[in-house]
Amino acid sequence: MAFQILINIIIALMWMFLSESYTIASFIAGYIWGLLLVLLLNRFIPGRFYGIRIVKIIKLILIFIRELVFSNLSILKLVYTPKPDIEPGIFALPLEVKSNWEITLLAHLISLTPGTLSVAISENNDTLFIHAMDIDEVDQSIQEIKDSFEKAILEVTR
Amino acid sequence: MTGTWIELVINIIVILLVLIGAFITLSATIGIIRFPDIYTRLHAATKASTLGVSSILIAAFLYLYVKEDIVSGKLLLGILFIMITAPVSAHMIGRAAHNSGIKPLTKNRTDAYEEAMRKQQ
Repeated sequence: MAFQILINIIIALMWMFLSESYTIASFIAGYIWGLLLVLLLNRFIPGRFYGIRIVKIIKLILIFIRELVFSNLSILKLVYTPKPDIEPGIFALPLEVKSNWEITLLAHLISLTPGTLSVAISENNDTLFIHAMDIDEVDQSIQEIKDSFEKAILEVTR
Repeated sequence: MTGTWIELVINIIVILLVLIGAFITLSATIGIIRFPDIYTRLHAATKASTLGVSSILIAAFLYLYVKEDIVSGKLLLGILFIMITAPVSAHMIGRAAHNSGIKPLTKNRTDAYEEAMRKQQ
């Protein structure tokens, strides 16, 4: 992936020199041409085309923003409920993601999801302890985390 | 009449964003006061304040871009850093609270972390 980006930047610089306009705009134009070239010559360059990964990263960011807005709505609802009927508690989430980066990203996403907040991680990095606003919905939120976040993170990192 | 209708729309968007941000931040503060224990308070402190501050920063960015023609990267970076740091600080505060023995307020004592810690010893 790093090699592909390097090729892309070199193509962009070449484009800049060939068109003899040393501006950001021509660099970006060259970068887009380079992206196209890397896509076309993908068979001869080692590794998967990195544009796919960038699309996945953008998808992850969109998920992040959507969850942030929803979690805020649920918190606002709780704040202005006169006597909230909630039952807080801490539950354990077995992790599929392994590396430190993935776990950090997942903990961030969990903390900004409706009703959940990561509290701690086990010594051997395979369980995340999550504080839930309403422990009754634990199965549902575990399923949600597994389906949307872990899958999205795994798609980006692998 | 100097303003066009585009300017009017941008003004309305900026005003709405500032108002929404202020409202969400206020609600976060009320939530911190109202919620029963430290963990539920952290919920209010991380989520609501992140979106509240972000929307105010986006409003400032839009205003500067339209009125003064300044692209302020600092404001965008501010949003990014708040989104990175708020969950981390919440995680650390929660962990520190749990390690120093503050029990989460629960009805049926569902605390998987405490059980795991006990099993380890």
